[in-house]
Amino acid sequence: MELPSRWVFLLFLLLSSTKAFESEVDKEEFQEELLLKPLPDRKVLAHFHFETRAPPCNSNGLHHHHLFPKSISQMVEKFRVKEMELSFTQGRWNYERWGGFDTMSSNNAKPPGVELWAVFDVPKEQVDASWKNLTHTLSGIFCASINFLESSSMYSAPDWSFRQASGSLRYGMLPREAVCTENLTPWLKLLPCRDKAGISSLMDRPSIYTSLYYSQRLHLTSIASDLEGLNLGIVLEQTLTVVLHPSSQRTGLTHFSQSYLQPSWSLSSIFGRKVNGRCVLAKSSKVYLQLERGLVSQLKKSENYGADYIASEGYDGEANFELSVNPDRVIKEEHSRNGISSSLLYEFSVDKYSNSKPFDLGLTWKFPVIWSCQQAPLHASRFLMGSGNERGAIAILLKSTDLNDSSLVANSAMDGCELRVNIFQVVPWYIRVYYHSLQLFVDDQLKAVGAFVEKIHVMPSKDKISPGMMEMVLKLPCGVKSAALTLDFDKGFLHIDEYPPDANQGFDIPSAAIGFPDFHTSMLFPSNESERKSPMLSKFQESSPVLLYTEVLLVPLTTPDFSMPYNVITITCTVFALYFGSLLNVLRQRVGEKERLLKSKAAAKTGRLSDLLSRLSAKLRGRSQEPMQSASESSPLINSKLALKVLLMAALAVAWQYYFG
Amino acid sequence: MEKKKRGFWRWLIASVMLRLILIYLPKTFNLASRPEISTPLVSLRRLAEGYWLKKSSMSPYAGSMYHGSPLLLSLLGPLTVKRIEGQPDHLLCSLVFVIADIISALLIRATGHTLQMAYRQSLNSLDIVDLLKSSDSLSSGDVAALVYLWNPFTIAACVGLSTSPVENLVVILALHGACKGLVPLAAFGWVMATHLSLYPAILIIPVILLLGYGPDTPPRKLFLQKGYGKNGDNHSSDNCGQQETNHSKAEVTFSWRPVIHFLFWSSLWSIYVLVLCSISVKPHGSLWEMFQRTYGFILTVEDMSPNIGVLWYFFAEVFDFFRSFFMIVFHLNILFMILPLAIRLKHRPCFLAFIYIAISSMLKSYPSVGDSALYLGLLGLFLDELADMQFSFFLLCGYIGVSLLSPVMHNLWIWRGTGNANFYYATGMAYACLQIILVVESVSAVLNHDRKLRKLSVTKLRDGNS
Repeated sequence: MELPSRWVFLLFLLLSSTKAFESEVDKEEFQEELLLKPLPDRKVLAHFHFETRAPPCNSNGLHHHHLFPKSISQMVEKFRVKEMELSFTQGRWNYERWGGFDTMSSNNAKPPGVELWAVFDVPKEQVDASWKNLTHTLSGIFCASINFLESSSMYSAPDWSFRQASGSLRYGMLPREAVCTENLTPWLKLLPCRDKAGISSLMDRPSIYTSLYYSQRLHLTSIASDLEGLNLGIVLEQTLTVVLHPSSQRTGLTHFSQSYLQPSWSLSSIFGRKVNGRCVLAKSSKVYLQLERGLVSQLKKSENYGADYIASEGYDGEANFELSVNPDRVIKEEHSRNGISSSLLYEFSVDKYSNSKPFDLGLTWKFPVIWSCQQAPLHASRFLMGSGNERGAIAILLKSTDLNDSSLVANSAMDGCELRVNIFQVVPWYIRVYYHSLQLFVDDQLKAVGAFVEKIHVMPSKDKISPGMMEMVLKLPCGVKSAALTLDFDKGFLHIDEYPPDANQGFDIPSAAIGFPDFHTSMLFPSNESERKSPMLSKFQESSPVLLYTEVLLVPLTTPDFSMPYNVITITCTVFALYFGSLLNVLRQRVGEKERLLKSKAAAKTGRLSDLLSRLSAKLRGRSQEPMQSASESSPLINSKLALKVLLMAALAVAWQYYFG
Repeated sequence: MEKKKRGFWRWLIASVMLRLILIYLPKTFNLASRPEISTPLVSLRRLAEGYWLKKSSMSPYAGSMYHGSPLLLSLLGPLTVKRIEGQPDHLLCSLVFVIADIISALLIRATGHTLQMAYRQSLNSLDIVDLLKSSDSLSSGDVAALVYLWNPFTIAACVGLSTSPVENLVVILALHGACKGLVPLAAFGWVMATHLSLYPAILIIPVILLLGYGPDTPPRKLFLQKGYGKNGDNHSSDNCGQQETNHSKAEVTFSWRPVIHFLFWSSLWSIYVLVLCSISVKPHGSLWEMFQRTYGFILTVEDMSPNIGVLWYFFAEVFDFFRSFFMIVFHLNILFMILPLAIRLKHRPCFLAFIYIAISSMLKSYPSVGDSALYLGLLGLFLDELADMQFSFFLLCGYIGVSLLSPVMHNLWIWRGTGNANFYYATGMAYACLQIILVVESVSAVLNHDRKLRKLSVTKLRDGNS
């Protein structure tokens, strides 16, 4: 019985490996795509997606890359990175206006600053070492201070709330990292055409860095093809997401007031550049224009067109908007939910454009249209409470978004009317959180924590060693209006060297990640062979849980006086010397020594005044003046001793002077 | 005498009432979070966090919150979460602290009586009776107990939810046991005090001296001189004189028996405590972790949040490469003075213990007013010896001034942001200086007192001889 099964298994292995070998003909691939999407608040989202694939190669360790960046493949091989994501973000994704329940927001909305997580394929005890090396390598590649994530007080190891990875996941954030062109240039260097040709030539630095939201992301996945994991196939996915504010072009054709009309834009108006043909190394080079569900349903409503009509003929622009370039194809999302219309994708291929005939997609609105994005089931925000620099409290507020009631109800039927919320929060060690002070307010009423917390995992912070991490699954009733968590904390006091240069600005607490494990976003496209080739669309088809990040908090900490170290050292040491000296002096004094000393003085100076003084001092000391009997014997003795000492010292000094002077 | 006794009890009950009123006052001026009262070591809030961690199956020492003893955790932990409907949140803990305070006061009183008896006896044996007249009016034990109970520091530490009343109780237990010659009790108190806050470890010297020599007496030399004088005087073997000589001889000799008993008992108790601790931390931690988190935390001064001591600001500012050097120096400063003080004050072990406690509460890494409350309470025991101490009025004014200024400066720095750290540090410095003056002056006053006794006894002898 055992033998045949083994044979079958071997056969299967053989078949699958040959199949893989045949399909991915050892060819490195590069594909470039751009997605444009008008946003409800008169903004435009531009999402660049570049994917480079390096298939597993059979020659051991000696890779020759045509397209794939060598630095990345070496890094992946050396530190055995299974999966990694690095993002540089400026600005904050506006979940209320730009959407919180689509693949774009849950995959590409990132917390401000640098976020890095990596899953390693090494034994658990080597994960930390690999992480440290990885941070240094990345910091070298990307010209950023990612190496600060090396210190154990900056990264954490979430177990289950961020993503499932048993112990080999490390997660770190630098909320205050400034992101600029110096980070973009090395990122572009990883592309085969850089920004010289193809879609990436649109990245005009002034226009993308004046955007409202800028997020540059690098995601890589490595797939071991053989059992030892020596030959790695790597998929490098680079995305750049920007939210741009198009300056509204006057069309003159409108009957409506300009302020109601969505601004019209074109690639040249928002980027200041046009696409002069594709990158010749790219396998495919496509531009998509996405009209999201809400917009499509609004268009349907206002024009009373059927969805099919828009899909088939609407693109020629007579209805609500006009496109300057005719799309090659219109892809309609398949209905995933009832009652919500599906989104539309207009596909443009850049292949046929060239220097003489550049590609410049423009969108001109004819009639005003107002729509809203799909929201996550709960809107999350985080804020600080309390005043002063001693203590405070962190509050996470989850508010229901009424827009999503229908989907909630639809989901709740399956879940038994429960809404599960994952909360993952990392706080630096100088924010000393009292986890026992966790309070939960559901619909503004204080509730017992145990009733709503399904699972909680806390790693309390260790001073200067590790940050505090809280992972939690909340189980809220689905009709909940609001839920708030509060945690008290004490502010720590740092050593003078641990403050950053501008200490009074305060310290940033990285964003918390709020996940909704029961809600997944995915777009379903009609499956034919052409979509399967587009990496961006296949990425959109993947089901990913809804994830949103909260604000970064700024906590002011008390500062010591930075100019005082010498003063503090000297003053404190003086106090210690005072203690030591005076106590030792008191202990050293023999019985009667004081009196003798006084009397010897009195004997030496038998003046009226000194007598009076000695009497006065004796009185002050609360002691009756002693009879002068013992003084007469002792005083000459002391005097002679003293004289002897003085002579000895003088002799020593003379000798010193003589020999060494 | 009866009236005085009733007076004492009345004052004791009044102090308990005051504490209860303060506990019932809402939030009691946020005493629990004052840096003067709750240091990282004694804060009950941190204890509650440790208990929470333990309950959620983690080591209570995970993270840097809790640094106290696991025994305290098992004792007070359940009380921090237990609520009585309609009562303040921490009522049960506060009640424990009030009871601890009362027991400490009663023990101080008993110790005071023992000390006073010994004092009188020794003065009688030296024939110096004129000194006793003044002390007739007030019993030093009663005074010390009332000082301890009514000291604003003690009240603040008791009401402000810090565990220092319990730590003070075990220290006093050790002293009381040693004074009364109750060896197991003394050993228990000493072991527990060391376990809870490390610094009382140096009290082993006064406790051994107390057990060996008995309570405080004037210097042994006096008895010897007296004995010789008597011997020389009464050659004709006066019965009474012979007895007295024997008596004074017996006082002088150091009896090893109770000391060996004490060492035996303290090793027994420490094994017991360690076993209890290991049982308590066993499921998720280890004894080594406990030592690191408690003693290690005390010795390395990791936490630099402000307190009334001087070390926090020093270690927040000092250059990193000098840190270990200064750490060693500051801790050695406590140890350096042990031997000279022990040599000079070996005939007064109780006073020696008081000085040790004062020094360690001044130089310890995380001092709180609870520590000051302890030594100020014990100060009352030596009313007769310290009768002519200098600067007592100045010290009193200084203590009042610092305890009023310190919260103001803290408020200016932390809450208003108009002052800076130096303001608060300056009050800490002033407080340290006051404590130094108190220690130095009380030592010198006791030495002077001994000198006075000697003088008196010498004159007595001379008078007797002539």
